[in-house]
Amino acid sequence: MLRWILGGRESQGAVEKNTVLFIGEEQPKNSYTELQVLKGHFDIVRFLVQIDDFRFASAGDDGLVLVWNVQTGERLQELRGHSQQVTAMTAYSWSGGSAAHAALITASSDRTLSLWDPETGNRVQTVSDLQSSAKCLLVLDRLDLWISGGNELCVWNRDFHLLCKTDHHSDAGNTAMVELPKNCIAAAVDKDIVIYRLCVTSSKMDTSIAEIRRLTDHHDSIRALITVSDQMFASGSHVGELIVWDSLDWTIRAYERILWDEPHPDGQTEIKLGSQKQSEMSVQHLASDGECIVAAVGSGLYLYNVSSRSVVAYRKAAHDSSVLHTMLLPEGQLMSCSADGSVRMWELQDLPLPAEPASAGFFGMWTFGRASKHASQQAKKVPEVPGLRTLELTGDLIGHSGAVQMFVNFGDAGLVTCSADHLVIVWKNGERESRARSLALFHKLEQNQGL
Amino acid sequence: MIGSPDLVAFTKDDDFGEVYVDPCLLPEEFSVPLFTHVGNSNPWSKTSYAKFSKDFILISEFSEQVGPQPLLTIPDESKVCGTFDLNYFSLRIMSVDYQASFVGHPPGSNYPKLNFVEDSKVVLGDSKEGAFAYVHHLTLYDLEARGFVRPFCMAYISADERKIMQQFQELSSEFSKASECLKTGNRKAFANELIKKLKDLEYTRTVLHKETELQKKNTGCYSTQAIEKANELANVEKSIYEHKDLLRQITSYPNRKRKDCEFLPYDSVKPSDSNEVDQKSTSNESNPEDQSEIISSKRRPSYTPQLIKGKSAKCFDKRLKTLEELCDLYFFHQTMDQLRLIESTFRGDLCYIYTKQIDQALLKKQKITNFLFEEYKDWEEEEALKEFCGGNLIPTDNLPPICIVPDEAETLESHTSCIEGAHTKMEPETSEEGLQEAELTESSPCDLTQETSDEGADAEMRGSLSSADSGEVTGPETALHVERPPESSDSSADPQPQCAEVAGGNTVSASDSSDDSAEVPSATFSLVPECPRASYQSAIYEEEPTVKVCTDVAHKLESPVLSQEVKDNGVLKTGTVVQVDAACCMGQEGLVYEEPSPELAQECCADAVIKQEPQSCLQRDSTLQADFTLSATALAEGPSTGLSPFEQNPDSLSDEISRMYLDDVSDSTSFMSTSTNSDRTSSPFLYGNSLTVKQKKRAGQNALRFIRQYPFAQQAIFCLLSGRTLVVLGVDERTVRKLVNALSIFVPNLGKYGETVQPWLSSPFQLTDLQNWKLIGLHRMASPTGSSMLHSLNRYSRYISILDTDQKTLRCPPYRGALIGRMADHRTQIKRGSTYFMHVQCLLTQLCSRAFLYTFCHHLHLPISPSEDQVSVASRRTAFLQQHLGYNEEDSKMVQFLSELIKHYYLQGPSRTVGPPVFCVSYIPSFLYKI
Repeated sequence: MLRWILGGRESQGAVEKNTVLFIGEEQPKNSYTELQVLKGHFDIVRFLVQIDDFRFASAGDDGLVLVWNVQTGERLQELRGHSQQVTAMTAYSWSGGSAAHAALITASSDRTLSLWDPETGNRVQTVSDLQSSAKCLLVLDRLDLWISGGNELCVWNRDFHLLCKTDHHSDAGNTAMVELPKNCIAAAVDKDIVIYRLCVTSSKMDTSIAEIRRLTDHHDSIRALITVSDQMFASGSHVGELIVWDSLDWTIRAYERILWDEPHPDGQTEIKLGSQKQSEMSVQHLASDGECIVAAVGSGLYLYNVSSRSVVAYRKAAHDSSVLHTMLLPEGQLMSCSADGSVRMWELQDLPLPAEPASAGFFGMWTFGRASKHASQQAKKVPEVPGLRTLELTGDLIGHSGAVQMFVNFGDAGLVTCSADHLVIVWKNGERESRARSLALFHKLEQNQGL
Repeated sequence: MIGSPDLVAFTKDDDFGEVYVDPCLLPEEFSVPLFTHVGNSNPWSKTSYAKFSKDFILISEFSEQVGPQPLLTIPDESKVCGTFDLNYFSLRIMSVDYQASFVGHPPGSNYPKLNFVEDSKVVLGDSKEGAFAYVHHLTLYDLEARGFVRPFCMAYISADERKIMQQFQELSSEFSKASECLKTGNRKAFANELIKKLKDLEYTRTVLHKETELQKKNTGCYSTQAIEKANELANVEKSIYEHKDLLRQITSYPNRKRKDCEFLPYDSVKPSDSNEVDQKSTSNESNPEDQSEIISSKRRPSYTPQLIKGKSAKCFDKRLKTLEELCDLYFFHQTMDQLRLIESTFRGDLCYIYTKQIDQALLKKQKITNFLFEEYKDWEEEEALKEFCGGNLIPTDNLPPICIVPDEAETLESHTSCIEGAHTKMEPETSEEGLQEAELTESSPCDLTQETSDEGADAEMRGSLSSADSGEVTGPETALHVERPPESSDSSADPQPQCAEVAGGNTVSASDSSDDSAEVPSATFSLVPECPRASYQSAIYEEEPTVKVCTDVAHKLESPVLSQEVKDNGVLKTGTVVQVDAACCMGQEGLVYEEPSPELAQECCADAVIKQEPQSCLQRDSTLQADFTLSATALAEGPSTGLSPFEQNPDSLSDEISRMYLDDVSDSTSFMSTSTNSDRTSSPFLYGNSLTVKQKKRAGQNALRFIRQYPFAQQAIFCLLSGRTLVVLGVDERTVRKLVNALSIFVPNLGKYGETVQPWLSSPFQLTDLQNWKLIGLHRMASPTGSSMLHSLNRYSRYISILDTDQKTLRCPPYRGALIGRMADHRTQIKRGSTYFMHVQCLLTQLCSRAFLYTFCHHLHLPISPSEDQVSVASRRTAFLQQHLGYNEEDSKMVQFLSELIKHYYLQGPSRTVGPPVFCVSYIPSFLYKI
């Protein structure tokens, strides 16, 4: 047991329960050399929301909402009020009067919705005794309205007046919502995507909402729903289906079935599904920069180009455990966090030899399951696509001892991660921070007129 | 016996100008034989002819029943005093109390009046007993005592006369604190007592009143009994009146006297402005009184008044209150703590005290980097103190040459109390003393304005004192015979004046002996308490032998070798580098930046200069100043001074000596073995105790063993100095603890209580622990906890280095620098742990100074011109580290880490207020080192 601790790094791999790539300690491209641990939560921290350039809020199962300063790590406010875990949180900002107002909306299992002022820490508005707790929140900036989604959709205005709501759904409830053009909203309800249309009048008080379409192309419950661009939105399901939809006419633009498995004859796909562990194919999270979609599939990553409708890169075993959150950064950078407690940074690189992709990072063949009805020609791609690239691990951040639930990138100010170990960690660029401190030092020196 | 006390001269009658010794003259110590007691070859055996083994503090009282008697000693051990006759010495010290603590019926009024008497401070010697003492007289109030006062005195008794004389100022200010504390508690207790007494009296009055009424009713005419009763009643009425007046007096204790005690026992708010002081202190003053009133009002129902007999008991029948009963308990314990602190502060040889003081003065100057490797002292508090006394802040380089150490806080304290004294004396109460007042008003402005007030005041005092025909004034009551001690004559060039103030008892008699001797205790307040302090300065000035002693120490101890080594190193290292860099600094300075560099230069120089000065405590101090100013200006003007900013390892040397000396003392003599451990936690006053030094010395021994034993010691030290947490893993607790202890001397920013080190941990650690602890001793266990611990070791392996004591392996990043090689050479010739510790300390200080320079060099961090980008600044930074300092990547990393610590400290101060701590990591591969 002790040998591996003190031994070389090669022996460490043996401990990992599966042969995930291990980057080691030398990470020249990893600039996060400084970290601050923010303590304050008593339970799993699940949500992070950026409020402005330097503030963010964290919330989780303890019902606490904490507002932090990302630069100093200072806890600015402690928003108390929820008696049960927070189920959704979003920032709400509007420009009224002279300055822009920033607020936070939280939803909790105690079936309340609250509006907070992060400046003062006051609970400005609150609604209790909802029929069901809200699982997702969507702010429609354009209409200055917001929608909470639980077992039914409720449309609210800024003053927390309920404008209208939909009928009671089945107990599945809304798990995700995206805004579509023409006052439409797509909501994921179990296996279906329901399109609603909002009828907003000038007075806004007689706003109504109506279901206009139900898309039933997924075979399992939908786990992720995102907006890709004005024309497209995408959804991912528990069985690894990735569908790109047209935002205007709600038709399928692309259908991908991700299977981290040996190639099967087409006919056997359905049969094999049962034996395969479904969590390994579940699309946990989707992220997009308008050009590409990154899907967190099981413990792997999958990068899909929307315009060329082709797979750009993939990595089946990107993490030891399921990937919970992903993010696309400029210049082919990618970040992912996982239940194994680590955050990994990836870089899109060309494969050295496209014809022989069996590099160290290649863990088995892959295929697209051909869907029965909407099988389009895109699904017939073969592995030897010339454009296929690889995701190279450039660094990892280890600090959390529990699953990293999500992260928020503040750019230069750093990266904030939250985790099941009750901690929030701010990762910063050490060099940049050192420079900033030097600046502050000379500033203070000037103020003090010398030492 | 009583007729032949050796009184030590307090003043001398040189003119001020003659007192000043030209620093260019050959120091006198070269012309005088170094050690006068040639027969006794051991210069350290000062105490050999004394009957006690070490210095101690004695509290005595002049009991109205049994006369002078010793109450307690600190430390409270019988062996301390040995065969020394405490009773006799109590008699001696109590018999010099001059004070006219007059309580009674002053001519104008017909009720008693309390006097708030200044404490008196005298030095007294007894050549026969081989004892010399600083004696601090004070009076406490006791309702049952004659005249309501109980004279007490606290004496610091030492075999070393020079120690008393030269530390007089410090002793005086420290004892004043203790006395102030005691008196505050006493006033509180006295007020309580008065309140109780008043209740008794009022109760008695009502009883008597009833009885007289009854008798009147019964008899109808005035019987003798009735008249007696009426008389009794009248007496009670009068008594009530008197007691009320006493209570008023004690509660309206002159507030401004409190001003001189920065030391507020129940400190709440420190008055910031001297104008506000009166007001503030009024409110402060009212505190205990208010409290007492509150207490008394609370007690009112519970306290049952007692009938007071017409005649009080004879004074010999009653039991006098003990010191503890006289004083509020809280204040009593505070006082004892303070006295214990005094005892520990002045423990040891004079030379050791000097070096310690110099050391502290120097450390005060480099407060920015002290937190890194120096032991914790509360510089901050002293800073605050300085600001508090802001009105008469003393520029350091303006100090008179007699001030051995520019201990500003100390000087200030006494300074303010000087002023205070002057103020008090100008009270209208003392209107009879026209002459004195005139003199006082003369001296007080110079107190207020001049920094050299001590000398100024001295001149004034001397004028007034020496105008008295002689010091030999004999008070009729105590009949003191004043005589010069033989020792003092060879040390003080001018033995003429004796202190008149020592002579008086409760008498005004001296004033009629001669008009000129106005300094002799007067009816009320006197200048005397301040006088000896002022004059003692000049006495000190005459003392040469100290210097010899100091040089002796320097030569005796191993340090010269070491210092040579240090210097060599310094020269080797800096000789080539300095010029280049100085030029570079200056060049850049001219271009861009205004403020930081001069200060920087000055700071560096100041330190660099003082560095050569461990032995020149006294005479060369002025030279030191000259050097200081010279070099400061020189460096500010041109780059070509011989002094390198890099040579600023000032404390290393003086520090060494003090530590070394302490070690020697503690090794050779037994009396240092008293544990200071409890002190440390119990008393809020305690600072600067030697505990950490001792610990570190022991750590030095362990460290020496470590570097000899483990070839990878350098790597381990590198981890600590570059901020990477080092985990010492092992099964055996003792081994692990020992190793942690050894390595702790390399941990920067150890913290006041060594918070950054966790010597023994048996549970898995978290990331936050790594943030706080830089050195962890970890218990290796074969249990589920053990495996989860190993899991955390594995998980955070990139942030830590692991030293396995069982397998003797180290897993850590490689180190290829040269810096630590000198610090941890396993073939080192150093034998002793303390020596090694000082060697390390020296190198660390050097490293610190470089980190300081690196941090505060403007152009290394900011662009010189607006067009410059970050890349070129970064390259300049690298060039500075690699070419100018000659550091490779790893060495640079250490400097950078220390620099970050300095930045944090400078920006946030000692207490982290904003946000959680920052944890810096680096992604470098580790290697496994085996033995």
